[in-house]
Amino acid sequence: MTLPQRQLLSGDEAIALAALRAGVTLGTGYPGTPSTEILETFQKLGGPAQWAPNEKVALEVGVGVAFARGRALVTMKHVGLNVAADVLFTVAYSGVSGALVIVSADDPGMSSSQNEQDNRRYAVAAGVPMLEPADSQEAYEQTFAALEISQRWGIPVILRLTTRVCHSKTIVVDNHAPWSPAATAFEPNIRERVMIPAHARPAHRRLREKLAQIEQWAETAPLHNRADGDGRLGIITSGIVAHHAREAAPHASILQLGLTYPLPLNLIRDFVASVQDCIVLEEGDPYLEDALRAAGLKVRGRPAMYRFGEFSVPRVRRILAGDVTPETAPPRGKPPQLCPGCPYRTVFDVLRKLDCIVAGDIGCYTLGALPPFEAMHTQICMGASLGVGLGLRHALPADQARRVVSLIGDSTFMHSGLTGLAEMVYNPPATGHVLLILDNGTTAMTGQQEHPGTGRTLNHEPTGRVSIEAVARAMGVNHVDVIDQVASTEEFETLLRARLAEPVLSVIIARRNCILAAAAIRGYENAAKAATASCCSGDCGCNSAPADAASDS
Amino acid sequence: MTTPDTVTNIVVAGLGGQGVIKASDLIAAAAFAAGLDVKKSEIHGMSQRGGSVASDVRFGRRVLSPMVPVGEADFLLVVAPDQVDNNRYVLRPGGVLLEPSLLDAVKLASPRTLNVALVGALSAFLPFDAAVWRAALDATLASKIRAINDAAFAAGRTLGEQLAATRSAAAG
Repeated sequence: MTLPQRQLLSGDEAIALAALRAGVTLGTGYPGTPSTEILETFQKLGGPAQWAPNEKVALEVGVGVAFARGRALVTMKHVGLNVAADVLFTVAYSGVSGALVIVSADDPGMSSSQNEQDNRRYAVAAGVPMLEPADSQEAYEQTFAALEISQRWGIPVILRLTTRVCHSKTIVVDNHAPWSPAATAFEPNIRERVMIPAHARPAHRRLREKLAQIEQWAETAPLHNRADGDGRLGIITSGIVAHHAREAAPHASILQLGLTYPLPLNLIRDFVASVQDCIVLEEGDPYLEDALRAAGLKVRGRPAMYRFGEFSVPRVRRILAGDVTPETAPPRGKPPQLCPGCPYRTVFDVLRKLDCIVAGDIGCYTLGALPPFEAMHTQICMGASLGVGLGLRHALPADQARRVVSLIGDSTFMHSGLTGLAEMVYNPPATGHVLLILDNGTTAMTGQQEHPGTGRTLNHEPTGRVSIEAVARAMGVNHVDVIDQVASTEEFETLLRARLAEPVLSVIIARRNCILAAAAIRGYENAAKAATASCCSGDCGCNSAPADAASDS
Repeated sequence: MTTPDTVTNIVVAGLGGQGVIKASDLIAAAAFAAGLDVKKSEIHGMSQRGGSVASDVRFGRRVLSPMVPVGEADFLLVVAPDQVDNNRYVLRPGGVLLEPSLLDAVKLASPRTLNVALVGALSAFLPFDAAVWRAALDATLASKIRAINDAAFAAGRTLGEQLAATRSAAAG
């Protein structure tokens, strides 16, 4: 792929391009809107990228790369950092030898998420520096900056984006000279890499010392943008809101912070002193506002009603005008639905017909909660269908408990269903339980990514495959059935009815490829067959990747 | 519309799977090929599942926010007839609505090219020459679907020119 200097790129694509230029040793993550395209683009550009089963494993792999003096880029959506948080808090202590950059793609307004948590809080809680780009050029530049900070101080760094930055396309000038690849090597350092209490106590002190140094450095680091206006109004902001603010208030002084943890308080104090009135504009939590007020700065925040949803130019105008009247909701559009011909439609028809109580999970199939099906009753987070379903079974009267089904997709099962399955075998409810795994052969929700159950890599090439049915049997479930619920809807209904009637542990795998992915999956399978049929060595080229079968429309 | 400091605001709307994002890519690619600053923004997490989708394109000498402020769109392209009413609010007074009924008079080789036909109609209102649009089509569309889309673009362009002439006659 040739790379012209000036390109129109999304924030995700800009990070991938920077990662390529910066010689990232390995990109890993779990697909999640709006972060998914980072690793896909990195791979297309020629970078080494792979999907992990979940974000925790991805971050652990990234830690290993960075312990080996490599440069690791780990990508995830905001809720993915909840899964990876256990790793984050302690790798902040241990530090790294190379570089470790975690991309957290937040979703204010919840365009495609179950909450709008503000991951800036994670930077403070874990004690790791955080950068916030406002557009694709900044995403490109801050990827280098994040790697540099991480490498210089041996500390993980969060590159925090929001949906608008991830998915907006803006012009990027590809102006960084490529870095040479990291020379990886293992150097034993048990005191700094094994976080037993005796080692972790000094490690925590080292972390705070690093943060104090970074705070000093941040005061003059070329990461912040200050533009002085007529001196009456000052706006302190970060990320995409900076652009909304520049447009809505061309005469204001604006301080856009690029590094938002640790905060350059002297720089901010100087800015506050330069204006008559200073307001903090931020999406989500009053993170900057609280921090600046705690530091004794005379700033005001936006009214509480603007904590919800994302910002826009009109919203900034309203805030600056002091308008707290209710905002006009945009006219309702058409909600998304399961695709025509989606194999999950049959599943929800049957669940509804049998009056099941359905503990659901995260994926396309969550649309089964909406009309016309309304056949999913709970959904919290990845993998929760198992535990929640089991809890319902334990607590409900027997006649209701017998109708409870846990419903999870194939990729979500690989992500965080395995431990729930262990719980099901270990603490079985008196009425038994039914786990229905919807296996459509892909991570459909985020745009058809591979996962360990498909047996193909991020690049759609053959690799080791985890068999869901073999796992279920090996973990001790006695009744494991695989069925094509569309080819034999009556059999599927009969089977589900029978399993619900018995006090047994049952896993039913309803297997049929996603209708959007089916042609591409056939293409990958045929390419794999052709490669193994015609090739006896790895050198003839027949193992090369199939032509990109997925056409985006 | 084309004074150096003004930003042109365009919103493309429709349903998931109709090529709304492809159409906005095409417009953004044209502005990019013309050497302008351009930003393009949409929310596309669920865009393949038939729900409402809208994509914003803004271009000019310098563009700040990537989102078209409500009520400030100069052009609204709607690919699905039933998505016109719920998107009309983004248009500024006097803004141009380009909707599927505009193309009733032409027979498109495939209904899937309606998105590109509407961009063809839009092209009649924008200050980009044919070479810019060719570059944008090259950058945006796969070669195997290029011919039918070129035809759709040309058909839309013809209707757009008629509409632009009618509007300027009415205004002038």
